[in-house]
Amino acid sequence: MDVYLDNNATTVVDPKVFEEMKPFFCDIYGNPNSLHKFGAGTHPKMVEALDFLYEGINAADEDDIIITGNATESNNTVIKGIWVDKILKGDKNHVITSEVEHPAITAACKFLETQGVEVTYLPVNEEGVLEASKVKEFIREDTALVTIMWANNETGKIFPIKEIGQICKVAGVAFHSDGTQAIGKVPVDVQDCNLDYLSFSAHKFHGPKGVGGLYVKKGSELTPLLHGGEQMGGKRAGTVDVASMVGMGWAMHLATSTMAIAYEKNHVSKLRDKLENAILELPETIVIGGKDNRTPNTTLISIRGVEGESMLWDLNQKGIGASTGSACASEDLEANPVMNAFGSDSELAHTGVRFSLSRFNTEEQIDYAIDVIVNAVKRLRGISSSYAYAPQSHKSEL
Amino acid sequence: MAKNDLISGSIWDEYSNQVVNRMNSPQHQGEITEERAKELGTKLIVADFGAESCGDAVRLYWAVNEETDEIVESKFKSFGCGTAIASSDVMAELCVGKTVDQAVKITNIDVEKALRDNPDTPAVPPQKMHCSVMAYDVIKKAASEYKGVDMESFETEIIVCECARVSLATLQEVIKINDLTTVEQITDFTKAGAFCKSCIKPGGHEEMDYYLVDILADTRAEMAESKMKEAADASESGELTFDKMTLVQRIKAIDSVLDEDIRPMLVMDGGNMEIIDIKENIPHYDLYIRYLGSCSGCSSGSTGTLYAIESVLQQKIDENLRVLPI
Repeated sequence: MDVYLDNNATTVVDPKVFEEMKPFFCDIYGNPNSLHKFGAGTHPKMVEALDFLYEGINAADEDDIIITGNATESNNTVIKGIWVDKILKGDKNHVITSEVEHPAITAACKFLETQGVEVTYLPVNEEGVLEASKVKEFIREDTALVTIMWANNETGKIFPIKEIGQICKVAGVAFHSDGTQAIGKVPVDVQDCNLDYLSFSAHKFHGPKGVGGLYVKKGSELTPLLHGGEQMGGKRAGTVDVASMVGMGWAMHLATSTMAIAYEKNHVSKLRDKLENAILELPETIVIGGKDNRTPNTTLISIRGVEGESMLWDLNQKGIGASTGSACASEDLEANPVMNAFGSDSELAHTGVRFSLSRFNTEEQIDYAIDVIVNAVKRLRGISSSYAYAPQSHKSEL
Repeated sequence: MAKNDLISGSIWDEYSNQVVNRMNSPQHQGEITEERAKELGTKLIVADFGAESCGDAVRLYWAVNEETDEIVESKFKSFGCGTAIASSDVMAELCVGKTVDQAVKITNIDVEKALRDNPDTPAVPPQKMHCSVMAYDVIKKAASEYKGVDMESFETEIIVCECARVSLATLQEVIKINDLTTVEQITDFTKAGAFCKSCIKPGGHEEMDYYLVDILADTRAEMAESKMKEAADASESGELTFDKMTLVQRIKAIDSVLDEDIRPMLVMDGGNMEIIDIKENIPHYDLYIRYLGSCSGCSSGSTGTLYAIESVLQQKIDENLRVLPI
């Protein structure tokens, strides 16, 4: 049996989404900017897609949602746009972010640093959450932007976006959130959270890859990353990939309108908890960051004595896809910064395995996964020197 | 490489079948008990290296015949990724039947080669080479415990790149002999820094005692100092040729000829000249000058006068000197 438990990396395209996309490859293929009927024929579904996007994040009619290539492009557009609009033109020279953001944020911030911009990377607490008070503490007169993720991709921990939004509003600082891991998992309301910008990516909520979105509140500045034609009101040049846009709209609609079924009625969280509890029955296992205040599909578990990549290896042999922040599984041998952020226990950086579910996972799959995981842990702990000889009280059980 | 750069495959795709098989079913995983060692009539050695917090830890067991120093049985336990487990497995296997002194000579290169499916294809991707280093180190640890000596006593050289087993002395020699100026050149010549890259500069996967960037800078500085000393010595003995001179010595030598043979003629016409710079443009030495006084703007400055200056300098200093007015 194949069981996909790496949905924070990407998700399967919802069959309904795929059906909605199909006509735009060979039947309704006109350029949406053309005057003729072939171009105009794309408009009704594009409007529908935009309506779904606006509804999905509760954007106001006068706000903008720019269709981009992905959340990385959305994040870069905001960060580099702020640099052009507020830093190069004025006296502001400071950006605030967290230590556990996705590289699409941190790498863009590092680039700004090469241009002389000062960036503050705020640490998370022992549960892996950024406290809103930290943002308040570090906002300065010359702070141009605060950019904080809505939910963490590794731990699923949800950040206090509403409180941070209020702090930014009072301080008069632009506020951006990378909502990539939040859409379809928790309610996202840009107006309630005083957001100026929100990034998202369709393939994280059962839409196609290669398309993302950027919410821009009315009146917020935005310098385009891509200059060219007048598409997207001149805010993002390039012919719109209509099929992908329609796919993202429908994916947003299905993800947010079925959230009540998928998440609030606990289908996904029940499966996640079943998986998590079964693993936690094994000795010397913990949920990294704790169980509270997470997206309902994610669990990052440290399995003492079992190195992350070797665990992924065993799972892969049995058809299970999961993820690890372990350095040994990465191309550049650098552990995931989220794992390193839990600095009090450096062993966690090598023993964490992330399981991220979706509404397409079934109980049968989870039962199979539990069986495979338990056996993999037994095998690898049998080989493990650190588990076999460490002075733990329960080691005889496995 | 462009396509490979655009779509890098899974690192698992680069594991040899040997690595895969040994990861799935390590043959020498386990432990040797005191009872088992006695049964074999051997001494039990248990050595640990690494730590879970570093991502790799290994424990090696040897049952050693004390009369012959032969390792009769060898087992391991390992916390680490697939390649670490496979490396430990083949390392334990390589030890069996060897004396302790022979085992100490097993390097991480031997371990990696033993994991290859064919001699020309590496068993693991470059960034995974460091996983076999642990196997090499734990053998030293076991041997040190058997012999009651320090682990470092087995290492006669300072190893800078553990993945490629390149020593400090080799690196210094290669830099000097080949006049290397970049880390990339060092890697091309020695393979140092080609694998896990931790030895290139601080901030890599592992903290190192020596980094290639520092070795290069120090060796270049040493070379420059040595060159200067040679130049001073040669100058003292009157054997100094232009190509061995320092920049200051070159300027002095040229100025001396200018003062003696060129400037008097220029001054007679109300002019002069100054040296701006000398650049090596092998095989030439380009001397940049500026005309002063009435020489400045004189049409002969780019024809007759220039040829005369160049000709005198070539005759008296070096035939490869070229004079370029600015």
